[in-house]
Amino acid sequence: MDVAPQETLAHTLRYKLGLTGTKLGCNRGECGACTVLADDVNIYACSTLTHEVKNRAVVTVEGLRAADGTLHPVQAAFIEELSPACGFCTAGQVMSAVALLKANPRPTREEARLAMSGNVCRCGAYDHYLNGVMRASGQLS
Amino acid sequence: MSSHDNMPEMSLYQPVQVEDAIGIATELAGRGWLVGGGQDTYGWLKDRAKTADALIDLKGIESMRGIKETADGIEIGALVTLTEITRDPIIKERYSLLAQAAGRVASPQIRNVGTLAGNVSQDVRCWYYRRGLNCYRAGGNLCYADTPEGMNREHAIFNASRCVAVTPSDTGPALVALEAQMVIQNASGQRVVPAEDFFIGPNLDIRHTTILRPGDILTAVRIPAKWANATFYFEKVADRNAWDFALVSISAAMRVNNGVIEDSRIMVGAVQATPRRLTSVEQAIRGKPRNESTANSLGNLASSDANPLNYNHFKMPLMDNLVKRAVRGQA
Ligand SMILES: Cc1cc2nc3c(=O)[nH]c(=O)nc-3n(C[C@H](O)[C@H](O)[C@H](O)COP(=O)(O)OP(=O)(O)OC[C@H]3O[C@@H](n4cnc5c(N)ncnc54)[C@H](O)[C@@H]3O)c2cc1C
Ligand code: SF4
Ligand code: FES
Ligand code: FES
Repeated sequence: MDVAPQETLAHTLRYKLGLTGTKLGCNRGECGACTVLADDVNIYACSTLTHEVKNRAVVTVEGLRAADGTLHPVQAAFIEELSPACGFCTAGQVMSAVALLKANPRPTREEARLAMSGNVCRCGAYDHYLNGVMRASGQLS
Repeated sequence: MSSHDNMPEMSLYQPVQVEDAIGIATELAGRGWLVGGGQDTYGWLKDRAKTADALIDLKGIESMRGIKETADGIEIGALVTLTEITRDPIIKERYSLLAQAAGRVASPQIRNVGTLAGNVSQDVRCWYYRRGLNCYRAGGNLCYADTPEGMNREHAIFNASRCVAVTPSDTGPALVALEAQMVIQNASGQRVVPAEDFFIGPNLDIRHTTILRPGDILTAVRIPAKWANATFYFEKVADRNAWDFALVSISAAMRVNNGVIEDSRIMVGAVQATPRRLTSVEQAIRGKPRNESTANSLGNLASSDANPLNYNHFKMPLMDNLVKRAVRGQA
């Protein structure tokens, strides 16, 4: 696959690889819909050049499921807590939550709120996503 | 002006040695664009408000990474991300002012890639300019923000000179407070410039926010031991706690002994084109106890010589109150 020098990661993922789980909201680093992981760190795919991450492991929402189809604990917890409303921001919320729990497996709710603060939800489902994060970290039952 | 989904066609260089980056940047001169994390850069290019022939991605340059202790303090590589700054044990312990300021930039994802060099070198956030209007700062001959209808709520209350835009960097005022030194390299060698002289206002050069010129690369930022473990106060007021730029921020470093302020550096962000140092406040509090009555005695000393625009008078009391909170020592 040819990747143009100026091509963003979001462009490569969505339009060249057909991985449309990663959404484009603002294309400006202002919403978080395009959040993916690069070496376990959450970044905005709309504001990253594909060539900038050519030596890093990029994971999108498509890559979270286990080989047998089992959902990632964050995905399962978001379903359990009815976190998404319209769902447009969900893939990005999932990726930020996964990054948080990799770095900090048992965050306080306040730590989770800060870690999720780079993901806008136009439906305002913030508390539902936070409940999902707390459930995924085993702190809600 | 319309916005574009795609980046314009450009070349991309990814040098792994500073010397190579300097060589490429010098040759491309005004047509090359250095990239740290790219978080300020890509918006300009997507909007076609600024253009470049080639991007020079500095991230492969190992010598510009990492935080190390020196004989007199620490040296932070230019490519160190804002997230790394917020997590570094030495910075958190001795220079927590910088960790706090870095932690209030933009959003977690932007801090994960945004570099310290990019944060201090970023361009102003005036929307007229960002949308590509040919204002003074863009080389034209008027300021769209400073007109009777101009939207200037976020703009300057001090030292405007044709352009009324403010410094957007959250780390800039903290670095000046800490008396940081900026290490700059170009084809003719290295120079070290105090952070205070690194930022420049429109009276000196309306087209640039720093002394960096094509071919210059900021390779590191040094923080001297002078203010290590001092008493610090940082606060940023913005419309939202994520993403938004400061309406006013304060970065204060104080030496407090037995409750008395012996020395201080009080810096304010987002009130003029450069971080603003409040020398009159520093003088007024020297030798005074760090308490509410010293704070109250300042009155509106900080803002008394402000020149507000139509929509930003609110920055005057906001700034005075932040100064009081820093001096009395609680939010
Ligand atoms: C939505 C949004 C919100 C933001 N909010 C804030 C905020 O609240 N506070 C804040 O301070 N900033 C904010 N920013 C601005 C900015 O993106 C970040 O400050 C970030 O730190 C910039 O760093 P970078 O490395 O990504 O910059 P880049 O885009 O890589 O670089 C910025 C500029 O610095 C130059 N440069 C980069 N590295 C060097 C170097 N080593 N030597 C010489 N020149 C160099 C580049 O050529 C470019 O002109 C925001 C940006 C966005 C998109
Ligand atoms: S404030 Fe500065 S950047 Fe904004 S329109 Fe006026 S001259 Fe241009
Ligand atoms: S699409 Fe990337 S942050 Fe909005
Ligand atoms: S669920 Fe609709 S935008 Fe978040």
